[in-house]
Amino acid sequence: MATSAKGAAQRKSGSASQKASASKSRGSKKSPSGPPDLSRDEELTAYREMLLVRRFEEKAGQMYGMGLIGGFCHLYIGQEAVVAGMQMVAKEGDQVITAYRDHGHMLATGMDPKGVMAELTGRRGGYSKGKGGSMHMFSVEKGFYGGHGIVGASVPLGTGLAFANRYRGNDNVSFTYFGDGAANQGQVYESFNIAKLWSLPVVYVIENNKYGMGTSIDRASATTDLSQRGRSFDIPGEQVDGMDVRAVKAIGEKAAKHARDGKGPYILEMLTYRYRGHSMSDPAKYRSRDEVQKMRQERDPIEQSKARLVSDHKVSEDELKEIDKEIRAIVNEAAEFAQTDPEPDPSELWTDVVREREAS
Amino acid sequence: MAKLRYAEALNRALREEMQRDPLVFLFGEDIGSYGGVFKVTRGLMDEFGAARVRDTPISEQTLTAMAVSAAMAGSRPVLEIMYADFMPLTLDALINQASIYEYIWADQVRMPFVLRTQGGGGAGAGAQHSKSLDSLVAHIPGLKAVAPATPWDAYGLLKSAIRDPGPVIFLEHKLLYNMRDEVPDGEETVPLGRARLVREGTDVSIIASSRMVHESLLAADRLAGEGIAAEVVDLRSLRPLDLDTLLGSVARTHHAVVVNEGWRFCGYAAEVSATLMDHAFDDLDAPVARVTMPDLPIPYSEPLERAVLPGPDEIVAAVRRTVA
Repeated sequence: MATSAKGAAQRKSGSASQKASASKSRGSKKSPSGPPDLSRDEELTAYREMLLVRRFEEKAGQMYGMGLIGGFCHLYIGQEAVVAGMQMVAKEGDQVITAYRDHGHMLATGMDPKGVMAELTGRRGGYSKGKGGSMHMFSVEKGFYGGHGIVGASVPLGTGLAFANRYRGNDNVSFTYFGDGAANQGQVYESFNIAKLWSLPVVYVIENNKYGMGTSIDRASATTDLSQRGRSFDIPGEQVDGMDVRAVKAIGEKAAKHARDGKGPYILEMLTYRYRGHSMSDPAKYRSRDEVQKMRQERDPIEQSKARLVSDHKVSEDELKEIDKEIRAIVNEAAEFAQTDPEPDPSELWTDVVREREAS
Repeated sequence: MAKLRYAEALNRALREEMQRDPLVFLFGEDIGSYGGVFKVTRGLMDEFGAARVRDTPISEQTLTAMAVSAAMAGSRPVLEIMYADFMPLTLDALINQASIYEYIWADQVRMPFVLRTQGGGGAGAGAQHSKSLDSLVAHIPGLKAVAPATPWDAYGLLKSAIRDPGPVIFLEHKLLYNMRDEVPDGEETVPLGRARLVREGTDVSIIASSRMVHESLLAADRLAGEGIAAEVVDLRSLRPLDLDTLLGSVARTHHAVVVNEGWRFCGYAAEVSATLMDHAFDDLDAPVARVTMPDLPIPYSEPLERAVLPGPDEIVAAVRRTVA
């Protein structure tokens, strides 16, 4: 799979020269009076990344509607600031693992959009050769460990990645993502205990988009400040405005440093929102159109970033149009590849199989 | 006689049993206001209220253990586990609790709960949402396991499962939910532990359950064109196994092909096959054949998925080899 230049550039951007986080070290309040600004380059990187995810997902949604993508397809639209901001604090060798709403994480880690889209259409050039689909893609080269369809399962897996880092004595961090729905799985708390007990370098990133499938967090969770779910294990946690890439990056930096410095796990609850249904087959009758519209109009992470680029960084309309054009070209190329690349050969069924003996 | 979709037949059975017995309640993820991912529980929360049709957090392990103890304490839980692929999370409660407490607690308790789930491939749902794990639950002594193939059986078996004094694992199939067929108008149950002779024949017994019954019928049609009269037996209950019906069929045909959508090694078809060897060796003119999923994860790619799921081609080929 070809390496995308975008991912490599982004990895370098998490430098130590960033302004210190304005947030409090503990407690559930959002960071007061706005997070520190990004430099022009950083803001442009974040904007590009978020736009790529947005356009990619819009295209995936269209292709699903056209019957080119089957099965499951959970779109990340609305949540882009989370992966864009967090990936800015990651360094070479760090790992990312998440659940099934995973396309954004793959793109942010620098995985090739062509390989991701081709997996969505089940083609040979897909990251899993067409055998995985939307929820099951991996790139060890980019540090992306999936892509998991069982709710909550990414949490102990991410904890094990952190264990390996500790065991091997490197300073890498496991960024372990899960959703508000998964926060009620027992294995999450078993993981928290072990991660704290052994001071494992893991940042738990809870993407709270307010709905676990069709059930709102208030109907599923006895306590809804998920950043405090590690309290009885003495794991620090913070709520973060997950619609603001600056806040994500600032607090993500602090959490990553904490983990990297050997101080153990950290919990970040990203307050975010998915604009689309749980999956493509979800009519989303459990929330009002107004709720979605209001979020899109007032909080959209990409619009916020764009406004800052124009007002603070004097990026011109022409430059923005050029970025948009570039991103559309990347996405169109991915979509084109995903439709023209052949389907897997039947012999592919029996590749990469652990076999005890010949099939009978 | 009304024609209902498989999902509607299940819905009707749940409604009637809840009307009949106030101890029956439903719980599971998104079964209430969302109506269930496959709409099996649609409308039930409106009719019976949120106390009897309960949306739960995503916590399968705990929910299953709660079903065990809530049943022991005198209620009749019906738990929905959204995908059979999530069943591994429930297994501690099933294997270490549900299946043994009556025995080791010296008959002080009963465990009348039903765990409904759905499995099966063919929807492009990938390796973690497509499995058939019949053998996993049928393996456990003390549990009953059923897998209806038709709306009628879905209806009748679910009613029996809810009324049963012990734990019943109720395995639905995602590709059958829209199948429309006759369902009796009156209160009619289908007993657990009884297979159904779906098609009579003299040359071979094709033994299947759930969606594989329909694939077997397609195969039987094709075989008829070649002059092979295949009998098709729908097991309906995976455990207990209806040995009488199976042995009666094999005594007539002297050949058997067992079809199951799950894995081959230590799979459900292997158990049925071994059981036939145990009890009907003298009746058999050929070794029992198996048609199963190969021992692979289920691939997402449509052509690859089609290739791994057993269908009429594989069944016809197995029958030809067996009767040759």
